[in-house]
Amino acid sequence: MRFLNRYPSRGNRVLLILLPFILLAALYFVGSAMRLADNPDDKLLPSALQMADAIRHMAFMEDPRTGDYLLWSDTLASLQRVAIGLGISAIAGLLLGIATGVFPVLRAAFSPVLTVVSMVPPLAILPILFIVLGLDELSKVMLIVIGVTPVLARDLEQTGREISRELLIKAQTLGANSWTLVLRVALPQLVARLLLSLRLSLGAAWLFLISAEAISATAGLGYRIFLVRRYLAMDVIVPYVVWITLLAWFMDWALREMHRRFFPWADGGRA
Amino acid sequence: MSYIEVKDVWQQYDNNVVLERLNLRVREGEFCTLVGASGCGKSTFLRLLLGQERPKKGQLLLEGKPFPSEPDATRGVVFQKYSVFPHLNVLDNVAIGLELPRSPLCGRLFGTAKKKAREEAAGLLERVGLGHAMQLYPSRLSGGMQQRLAIAQALIVRPRVLLLDEPFGALDPGIRKEMHTLLLQLWQETGLTVFMVTHDLSEGFTLGTRLLVFDKVRVDPQYPQAYGAHITYDIPLNKGRCGADGKTIADLPAGVLKNGSLSSFKDN
Repeated sequence: MRFLNRYPSRGNRVLLILLPFILLAALYFVGSAMRLADNPDDKLLPSALQMADAIRHMAFMEDPRTGDYLLWSDTLASLQRVAIGLGISAIAGLLLGIATGVFPVLRAAFSPVLTVVSMVPPLAILPILFIVLGLDELSKVMLIVIGVTPVLARDLEQTGREISRELLIKAQTLGANSWTLVLRVALPQLVARLLLSLRLSLGAAWLFLISAEAISATAGLGYRIFLVRRYLAMDVIVPYVVWITLLAWFMDWALREMHRRFFPWADGGRA
Repeated sequence: MSYIEVKDVWQQYDNNVVLERLNLRVREGEFCTLVGASGCGKSTFLRLLLGQERPKKGQLLLEGKPFPSEPDATRGVVFQKYSVFPHLNVLDNVAIGLELPRSPLCGRLFGTAKKKAREEAAGLLERVGLGHAMQLYPSRLSGGMQQRLAIAQALIVRPRVLLLDEPFGALDPGIRKEMHTLLLQLWQETGLTVFMVTHDLSEGFTLGTRLLVFDKVRVDPQYPQAYGAHITYDIPLNKGRCGADGKTIADLPAGVLKNGSLSSFKDN
């Protein structure tokens, strides 16, 4: 049978999903064990025990200086920034997307400027944000907003324009005005798409967050990584990176589930 | 006074003349089928009636008043496809036609008003044979069922004119027959004025009380866009059948223009 016609059985599927993860972990720990056998003081590839010890320090013991449990306070600070940033981006992107996607006059006014603005590398204006907005929370949240909003808005504009002309006319023949057409026809379709494009923007949002935290912060996952880098504390950095990845993956999963639950018509339409 | 009057309408896009010297008078309750070769302005004429476009010259009158210049609830429409909302289930696809006109602020009804709208929608859906599918989303419906839904959706707002743009063009012949029966029944019950564009001549002949043939009478081989089409044949059909207003086809006005030859007809 040709390779492209073969499908994994249920059990094999789980195995195939886990296999690359297991391989990656094995590769790491074998490497770690080899280096530590050579030099017990090696800091580059810490063992599982060393990392567990670091996690215990960061997550379950008070920091003697601040009295915080650092992993959790860092997580809280970072998640707050990402959530506020993505929340503002989603609302702004949705409004811009509806405006430019549905109304030709507003499209003429805003679509070109959005295209140009989306080409500005957000990290290039990070110094401007720090200068104008100060070094506090606002500038970090704004970096995410500035980086993510134009992408969302342009994607939603496209989705809005893809609503067929026939449907817009149909809605008008059923008595819709511009406002109710947005509410009943454009909004549901664009929100469904918004959840998907948010998933794709998660990577960018975390990238902007970590960058901003690396440069100026007093707490946050990115801040901690760049702080302990000075002591070559790989036993902290590696678990932090894994933790960030897990958080991002969980957000992705939550968005996917929301999409499935609230917009069943969007993929295949099972009622 | 005739119900719908088309006075010397021209339509052109840039230098491409699509319709010229189009004149037509239609009585309330007539079922006009529009046939003709592709690209000769049938669908353009439908878009003019719908208010999706405005004529370059001439006038379209509904009971003596100019047609509203954008689509509204006076004219229902069914397209060949894409005319039901993918994000609403079958019941809501029809109920939305009751909700939108009554709620200009939220676009939806609540409480008993919502329940009543849904009951009315459900009644109409039973009537078109979709009673068993009310909770499904359109993507789960077959082509024929989607068109039944689109027709129910168009009728729920009680439009005065129903415009059909090749509504059954994508359906299997068997399904198409069923849809013809359904459409004729609904037309006779509601007494709507219907305009239907079709590529299927026999469909045009069996359904309509009046067959309008669109064709170009002037052709410049060097510059085919120079002249537009108009109605070359206007044939009364199915005399025994009548619309809900009780008038038979026999006392409808005669066709407007009858030049050209029958051969142009067979070409289609």
